[in-house]
Amino acid sequence: MAGNLRALRRRIRSTRSTKKIFSAQELIAGARIVRAQARVEASKPYAREITRVLSALASSASLDHPLLTERENPKRAAVLVITSDRGFAGSYNVNVLRRTEELLGLLRQEGKEPVLYVVGRKGETYYRFRERDVEQTFTGFSEQPGYADAQEVGQALIEAFTSGEDDDHDNGAGGSAGPDGIAGVDELHIVFTEFRSLLAQVPVAKRMAPLEVEEVEEFDYEREDREQGVAKDDGLQAAYEFEPSAEGLLDALLPKYVTTRIYAAMLEAAASESASRRRAMKSASDNAEELAKNLSRQANQIRQADITQEISEIVGGADALVSSGAND
Amino acid sequence: MATLQVELVAVERKIWSGEATTVIARTTEGELGILAGHAPVLAQLADGGVVTIRTTEGEDLVVAAHGGFLSITGEGVSILAETAEISSEIDVERAREALRRAEGEKDDPDAQAAVRRAQSRLRAVGESV
Repeated sequence: MAGNLRALRRRIRSTRSTKKIFSAQELIAGARIVRAQARVEASKPYAREITRVLSALASSASLDHPLLTERENPKRAAVLVITSDRGFAGSYNVNVLRRTEELLGLLRQEGKEPVLYVVGRKGETYYRFRERDVEQTFTGFSEQPGYADAQEVGQALIEAFTSGEDDDHDNGAGGSAGPDGIAGVDELHIVFTEFRSLLAQVPVAKRMAPLEVEEVEEFDYEREDREQGVAKDDGLQAAYEFEPSAEGLLDALLPKYVTTRIYAAMLEAAASESASRRRAMKSASDNAEELAKNLSRQANQIRQADITQEISEIVGGADALVSSGAND
Repeated sequence: MATLQVELVAVERKIWSGEATTVIARTTEGELGILAGHAPVLAQLADGGVVTIRTTEGEDLVVAAHGGFLSITGEGVSILAETAEISSEIDVERAREALRRAEGEKDDPDAQAAVRRAQSRLRAVGESV
């Protein structure tokens, strides 16, 4: 009995100390959400401006930029998956990866070969474990992505996309490399976790290229402006002058726009990651608390039983002595 | 005097916004001075250039803007940059150091971009490079 009690005590102690780690993690994640949300907010003015500029351009320039035109018979599609570097985040990574599998299935059904680009160590190990080909991975910044990180990712994707332009699209499945010898991609997709609120983070898949400049986001911004009573005297319809040419500007602007969207997705994902981690850590520390409580109940019961047994043994012994003395 | 509503935004945050009388910027096509009532223009800023904003208080705000665009609409001017720093926030020593370091590697396109970034920072604090 006593050995059992000692084992229980040890378990209680270890549960209590893991609980301390969980609640510390919870607090850290909580602080990170606030910071991540602030970063999402801070990046909005730029996103709004660049969308506005782009839609102004779109109405004036001829839209035959490679990033905007739908390719005939697309064969390969790049999929950028944004996962976290660390675990302990509940179902965060599982959800993103499940959404990705759905998208990959859909792309295969449409006869396109998906090419994976992965952000975050968790996604990397997921695909490595399943021995699936991953074109490129980026790790080490999932919780606090900077614009430089988004640029790195964006550059790789845009390069793949532009080198896919001359690929041979009519030749067999998978598409073969074109004159430049590089098998590029014809579409860019992104899967990340959208931060709707502290309680709801939803994995979403979006197509980044070919771009559709007429976007819901953009529409929302304009409506927002109207709601705020900002009189927009058709600034977008005004006849703009362009320096350099409209086409030149579009060339320079579109890759930046794609990068901005990747950056925005990364920021959202970072906020979502912290939010899921906080929730997971909260329930973990609640569970640890509960477990410690049950274990100490058990321990107390055993302790009480031990004492009762000892007393009855003493009483029994004393009784035996007394009765043996009486016989003398 | 009529004023311009100026917004200066970098990717990671909004840097400055307010009223100004003049904005002077260098685009890929050349120097451009903007007063209120300017015709709508969309322009790409030259790499390594600076943007000067003369505020309504008569103060000159010099900004090192890199990888940027300029959009002039009926209401005002917006300057979009990948990175932007106001001259008072620039660490001159660090910019000089970065310039020295990057100038060594002529062939690397990343280093070339770093050179231009450092140049624009130094120009913003009034040095000629």
